[in-house]
Amino acid sequence: MTRFLAITRTEMLILRRNRWLLVATLIMVLFALALTFAGSAPTGTLGVDMLTVSVASMTTLSVYLAPLLALMIAFDAIAGDVDRGSLSLLLSYPAGRGEILLGKFTAHLAALAFAMTIGFGTAGAVATFFGGAGPDSLIALARLILTSILLGAVFLALGYLLSALAKGATAAAGLSAGLWLVFVVLYDLGLLGAVVMDKGGTFTQSVFPWVMVANPADAFRLWNIAATEGVAMASGMTGAAQALPVWAAPVSLLIWPVIGFALARIAFRRVEP
Amino acid sequence: MTDKALSIDHVLKDRGKTRVLDDITLSLAPGQRVALLGHNGAGKSTLIKSILGLTPIHGGAIRIGDATPGSAQARRETAYLPEAVSFHPALTGREQLTLFAQLSGAKADVSGLLDRVGLSDALDRRIGTYSKGMRQRLGLAQVLLGQPKVALLDEPTSGLDPISRQDLYAIIDELAAQGTAVLIASHALTEVEARTDRIAIMRKGQMVADDTLNNLSALAGLPIRLKVRASANPDLLAAELGGSRINGASVELLCTPEDKMEALRRIAGLGDAVADVEMTPPKLEDLYRHYAQEDLQ
Repeated sequence: MTRFLAITRTEMLILRRNRWLLVATLIMVLFALALTFAGSAPTGTLGVDMLTVSVASMTTLSVYLAPLLALMIAFDAIAGDVDRGSLSLLLSYPAGRGEILLGKFTAHLAALAFAMTIGFGTAGAVATFFGGAGPDSLIALARLILTSILLGAVFLALGYLLSALAKGATAAAGLSAGLWLVFVVLYDLGLLGAVVMDKGGTFTQSVFPWVMVANPADAFRLWNIAATEGVAMASGMTGAAQALPVWAAPVSLLIWPVIGFALARIAFRRVEP
Repeated sequence: MTDKALSIDHVLKDRGKTRVLDDITLSLAPGQRVALLGHNGAGKSTLIKSILGLTPIHGGAIRIGDATPGSAQARRETAYLPEAVSFHPALTGREQLTLFAQLSGAKADVSGLLDRVGLSDALDRRIGTYSKGMRQRLGLAQVLLGQPKVALLDEPTSGLDPISRQDLYAIIDELAAQGTAVLIASHALTEVEARTDRIAIMRKGQMVADDTLNNLSALAGLPIRLKVRASANPDLLAAELGGSRINGASVELLCTPEDKMEALRRIAGLGDAVADVEMTPPKLEDLYRHYAQEDLQ
């Protein structure tokens, strides 16, 4: 049972060794700090503290960055080993495919969690230092970090799925870029188009919020926005959040990693190294 | 219970419309070294992957001891060296081998094993800096983990220099001595000839030969080559013995193994006319050509 931990340890070593952890953490810190300072202007107008505004900006950032960072590690997880010819060897050992996948997932998720916590944590600390923070905004920051990790988990699992389906690591990288584009950019554009066409009809009223929350990236956004009044105000995005029950976004974001991992596990079973 | 370390029984496998393994039967006793020969695409690697349970078979049965391929017990008891193996370039040799040791659950002396395969200088260097031969040695080190019942080596000599090859065969002998059945898929015929107990030859998914080298030569009926050097008149010698003249002073005779002694007696009977006799039994290369290309002639 401890075999997956051996995989985890090795994967952590690889992430540290190839500087992925360092680069990802740096990216998170830089972007979070930049957004915190750039976005600190509307504090006075909205009557909320600087950390609240910072969390709102970082929520938008995380929608793009968390999936991207997750896919950047995940695409190579299976296809890379197939390319190197080391997967057949790994599978000849007593560790099962589920254990191998779980081991990689644990390591990759830990690395993401590290980068998110340091990145958002630093920005949060800076915002608190300069602009003050209340209990509400601190909870919002904690929520942002936790949901970002969950969003990362979704795209790690989906990345494994693509890595198992693709023929080779290069193809997996391409598919991952496509997946990112669809979930993070095109999905919302499509919905926006549909809403504009519908002109406030039934679709916009009752279907649209559900279709939106079905996308983990949007569920992430909605969860963070709906939960804090201040954040919702700062991001100017309250309509969709109010049309849904409170549990909708958390359920979506919690179920996606499970579905993704199950799909990846099934796809991995069919991989013949 | 079975006394076979590995038994392959009438195995079939189709890939699309082609039959890639066609009624393959082969068994290895503990401590036996068997060479598996065949052209590229003859089915050697597919057979090895079937034994590992990495690819399904569509008929027949494979047993590692009593275990089925891919079962936890089978995976504990098999060691595998893939063809042209590679590892994650960011890890060191020691880290990679430690992972394998933890996965196999074996108590292993990792640096001792790396020393055994001649990697003691490189054990804390990244695998990315290793040469092909060094990666192959690292692959070999993980074969030695635990005490496998069966070791499957796919082209183990590819990328190795001649001295490393000697080391490789010494390690294979060690494995065999501790009771591991070793199946070696190879192209390096001359080495395999001296270093294995039995030879199995595959052709287009079929097993066309499986026996000791001597029995295979007898079955194939390949001739023994006698080269007789005349002391004075090679033409006379050729006329006397019925062979053909080659180069200036020699006559070449071909004879079956049964006629060998008779031919030697006749040569001895010629007395002073013969300066020297050289005898060449059929080489594995000839045998391989005979079995692997039988219907291509």
